[in-house]
Amino acid sequence: LGTLIIAEHEGGSLSGTSLSSIEAASKLLCKDDNSLSLLLAGTGPSLQEAATNAASCHPCISQVLVADSDKFKHTLAEPWAKLIHLVQQKHEYSHIVTASSSFGKNILPRAAALLDVSPITDVIEISEPRTFVRPIYAGNALCTIRYTGSNPCMLTIRSTSFPASASPDSKTNAAPIHQVDLSSFGEEGSCRFVKQSSQESERPDLGSARVVITGGRALKSAENFKIVEKLAEKLGAAVGATRAAVDAGYVPNELQVGQTGKIVAPQLYMAFGVSGAIQHIAGMRDSKVIVAVNKDADAPIFQVADYGLVGDLFDIIPELIEKLPEKK
Amino acid sequence: MKIMVAIKRVVDYAVKIRIKSDKTGVETSNVKMSMNPFCEIALEEALKIKESKLASEVIAVSIGPAQCVDTLRTGLAMGADRAIHVDAPATLFPLSIAKILKALVDVEKPELLILGKQAIDDDCNQTGQMVAGLLNWPQGTFASKVVLDKEKNVATVDREVDGGLETLCLDLPAVITTDLRLNQPRYATLPNIMKAKSKPIKKMTPEELKVEMRSDMEILHVKEPQKRKAGVILSSVDELIDKLKNEAHVI
Repeated sequence: LGTLIIAEHEGGSLSGTSLSSIEAASKLLCKDDNSLSLLLAGTGPSLQEAATNAASCHPCISQVLVADSDKFKHTLAEPWAKLIHLVQQKHEYSHIVTASSSFGKNILPRAAALLDVSPITDVIEISEPRTFVRPIYAGNALCTIRYTGSNPCMLTIRSTSFPASASPDSKTNAAPIHQVDLSSFGEEGSCRFVKQSSQESERPDLGSARVVITGGRALKSAENFKIVEKLAEKLGAAVGATRAAVDAGYVPNELQVGQTGKIVAPQLYMAFGVSGAIQHIAGMRDSKVIVAVNKDADAPIFQVADYGLVGDLFDIIPELIEKLPEKK
Repeated sequence: MKIMVAIKRVVDYAVKIRIKSDKTGVETSNVKMSMNPFCEIALEEALKIKESKLASEVIAVSIGPAQCVDTLRTGLAMGADRAIHVDAPATLFPLSIAKILKALVDVEKPELLILGKQAIDDDCNQTGQMVAGLLNWPQGTFASKVVLDKEKNVATVDREVDGGLETLCLDLPAVITTDLRLNQPRYATLPNIMKAKSKPIKKMTPEELKVEMRSDMEILHVKEPQKRKAGVILSSVDELIDKLKNEAHVI
């Protein structure tokens, strides 16, 4: 019994979304079921370093399982699902948890099918160990669901709903690290990694930034979008975009905020030239403070904004850049 | 080669949903229903592959109550060659759907199964990955570009992932799930709508396909999320900066 957390790591550390998974999993703990195991896979020294970091990242972690093989060099669903299946056969966890990141969304349902389990995806609240709340219809309704199937209960959790608590530094009681026995793992898969292309950026990660500045279609061009980036720089913020702005080619797809893009919940969300389509609101409605700037006083974005300014963003953004205090 | 496309009938994306007064779910009677937008993209991709002579037949399948036939007719009018309707309750969860799709694949033997990455009603984002797992086929989820190479018998798929774009090469047969930027689905023209009326829709049942359906989930209730209070409209940038600093304390 106990919970297995499927974690992601990069550069020798756990990803922020994995810390949220740990936070969520710690809510599943109860008197008779209180072990949290963390599964990491990959290859080489950065994996071992991540495992060492993971072992002391949270007081609830009771062991770290490490699968070290070239098969996990890239996060392909086929070997990962097989790995989860293998680990579950051996340890028989009551819950398997991962984040609703593109990694978790890709691998967890596949692993669930191999285990003949109905997974529950995009959980935003854990009411009881087997009762969960998840948004449906782009967050226009919240569904409370009880898992009645056999073990394991498999979840992906929405990271913004389980913010990781500041990690208590407890290096003295690091959890044990065990290598997963892969001797029975078998043949090469039918899927090969070709390449990954991403925009290198100095700015904070969109999913976990404290401030997000988003531009919509009203920016009109990639050139004009730079003004949003300039404001973001001033505030130390991440840049987001609406689907319309991404589709028009102003910015790459990974900046899209919305139902099918990233779900964000920063302390401050500032939307410029964003009309407020339902799909966009679904991606940012949990932000603490929302600011909207739009020429159209009737734009739906104003219905969810704490502070609205009706006006031309090409006047307002430069004024903000000029008048906002430097970030500390 | 055959391509199978899974299609779901959902509440139209433009409809503002209403939650049933007994909180058991979302009202779907007397509501405009349409093909799930991601499924339209899946079908469009299959049709484009067929038009580029890389496939010989496109089969649209839908699983659910009798009205799914209407949605399949739309698919046939878009250009699918034939359709299969598996008559089943509307309340199935993705695992059962994946099992039925696997059974259909075992019968029809397509080399490509294309699905939308998620349905806009339950937003599960599971079925494609699950059927790929059951079939032990490789999966290319959240695809924004698909290139088939029939000689090498592979599909190269660009995937929209958190960090940008990832490119994978899948041996066929494979499962692909579609993201929004893959293509722009076509509209059915009137002549094609007429033609679709004579295209065959085969009816099947889960029993015929020997799929045992099990429900491992109980919906306790569905309710509206907490509404955000609409805020205030300010008159100047100075006022905004003041509010953010002294009222919201976020800068």
